[in-house]
Amino acid sequence: MSVLVDDDTRVIVQGITGGEGKFHAEQMIEYGTNVVAGAVPGKGGQEVHGVPVYDTVERAAREEDADASVIFVPPAFAGDAVFEALDAPIDLAVAITEGIPTQDMARVNKRLGEVDTRLIGPNCPGIITPGEAKLGILPGNIFSSGNVGLVSRSGTLTYQVVDTLNDRGMGQTTAIGIGGDPIIGTDFVDALELFEADEDTEAVVMCGEIGGEDEEEAAKYIGEYMDTPVAGFIAGRTAPPGKRMGHAGAIVSGSGTGTAESKINALNDAGVPVGDTPEEVADHIEDLL
Amino acid sequence: MKLHEYQAKQVFADAGIPTPASELAESVDEVLAAAEEIGYPVAVKAQVQVGGRGKAGGIKLAEDEDEAREAAEDILGMDLKGFHVDRVLVEEAVDFTNELYVGVTMDRGEGKPVAMVSTRGGVNIEEVAEEDPDAIVREHVDPAFGMHPYQARKAVYEAGVDRAIANDVASVLQTLYTLWDDKDGADAEINPLMVTADDEVIAADAVMNIDEDALFRQPELAEMEDESAGGDDLEQKADEYGFDYVRLDGNVGIIGNGAGLVMTTLDLVDYYGGSPANFLDVGGGAKADRIANALDMVFSDDNVDSVVFNIFGGITRGDEVANGINQALEQFDEIPKPVVVRLAGTNWEEGLEILNEDLVTVEETLEDAVQRAVEYAEEVEA
Repeated sequence: MSVLVDDDTRVIVQGITGGEGKFHAEQMIEYGTNVVAGAVPGKGGQEVHGVPVYDTVERAAREEDADASVIFVPPAFAGDAVFEALDAPIDLAVAITEGIPTQDMARVNKRLGEVDTRLIGPNCPGIITPGEAKLGILPGNIFSSGNVGLVSRSGTLTYQVVDTLNDRGMGQTTAIGIGGDPIIGTDFVDALELFEADEDTEAVVMCGEIGGEDEEEAAKYIGEYMDTPVAGFIAGRTAPPGKRMGHAGAIVSGSGTGTAESKINALNDAGVPVGDTPEEVADHIEDLL
Repeated sequence: MKLHEYQAKQVFADAGIPTPASELAESVDEVLAAAEEIGYPVAVKAQVQVGGRGKAGGIKLAEDEDEAREAAEDILGMDLKGFHVDRVLVEEAVDFTNELYVGVTMDRGEGKPVAMVSTRGGVNIEEVAEEDPDAIVREHVDPAFGMHPYQARKAVYEAGVDRAIANDVASVLQTLYTLWDDKDGADAEINPLMVTADDEVIAADAVMNIDEDALFRQPELAEMEDESAGGDDLEQKADEYGFDYVRLDGNVGIIGNGAGLVMTTLDLVDYYGGSPANFLDVGGGAKADRIANALDMVFSDDNVDSVVFNIFGGITRGDEVANGINQALEQFDEIPKPVVVRLAGTNWEEGLEILNEDLVTVEETLEDAVQRAVEYAEEVEA
């Protein structure tokens, strides 16, 4: 089993005629994802990799009975593309685009509170249920099917941890890259709720990083509501205060929260072991299973 | 992107926020001419991107020409926390009775803009936030509607601002929010907002940080970017190459893809007893040239004794990375610093076949690669 996506998920690719959209649509199809339509304004009637393209997401969703959309639209237009997906409507929108202006995402965030669509991302690698479907840019071949759920703010760190788990023979139910931007759709708590409700997920790896307070919130949720065991990893212990490390919006405020230390402490207090290295995370998961 | 004070003040003034009369000057003569025009007393303020300019001697008051000359000679050309001062703002010294704080930023936890007012301006507002959070009134704003006038009034009254100036302060806050919204601000702040004996409010300082991701639709602000760039030579070079780069004080150079993985590599260097020299994220899908530029950057740092490359390919392809490493290293008769490479993910096998192993040390796992780089750095230091 899995959360959010499986081989029944019917997927639209927004931006399928662009370079990234075209390449990754093909990768998704090769992986076995049920890509049923593309949506690109002005390109309706074309076909890409045998998939029909529509001018609007609404039309694509209606004609092809789609329930999810992956968004490969340049940053200047991506906020609008997310709004279009939310209004189509569809159940799940996955925004891969990096560099969407924060104020656009604040407006998207407001709209998310008014609709039933779930958003993953933006600035994320996407979501994968190994052997069934991947929505996004995750390299499918490094994942394997199993009983560990994974949620992470960082794409390449996800790959690293998955690689380490695989070496120990521990596959994944679903891996969700939630993205590292200041404002995102699905956050740690949302993802943990899904894994908690999934019968086949027997343990969860949560990969966080410095900045923001989402990990602290997640720790509270785990302590109060979760039976499924969780192991954690926090990137950025050595980051100097006040410096921004890349996309992460990872600014350590001087006020004590948002640091690696405060996140690790919060997780430990909730009974979550945090590994110093990816190998240690795998050790913890082995112990928890 | 952070605007200089003089740039932010111009933006604020254009929007109708009262600011002191001021002029930019680049020489002692220009300072004196500006001061003459504005009228004494004036403040002479270094225009560099560092906090705590006043304490560091970058802001001086001048009552007359002699003092202005002295201030200009002291400040122009000085080194302020690593930044060379080549411009000062000459500004009317405002006689004030009170100092307030107003600011607008994005509350990432709430995913909403937040406007802030405090009667404890003029001091380190971060300290106030920490020690007495209630002294700063926060009003969240619905980004779809923008700030309503009643919200600005509410925040101002809640903060306990004097009734005589409450309307003017509310108006400044409302304007500041509109500016922040229109200009894609990350933060917009006035600290202090000075209150004069005549109950006028004046923005004595101005802070405006712009969301870099939105510069494409802020052409006027993007033009200011070159002038406001700062940092040391290496950080400027990183800007030119378009890398996310932070210089640190260790000796193990680190290059990787993806912020989380690069941070993890830093952490592991520390874990295995080494000390990271930098954070360098080449981003997703880096081609050979970009990889070569990254190596060039790290080699340019004299502190670096060894380099570890940690690439886990998703969009990024191992063969491209290997070509880039070869391309960068083959130009040397002797490799300046030992390079350890760890390649995983997309096309890693092709990458390892291409990689010239006479030039680099290849390790299969992240842990081994980091440990090897730390060992190399220790050997150099020994």
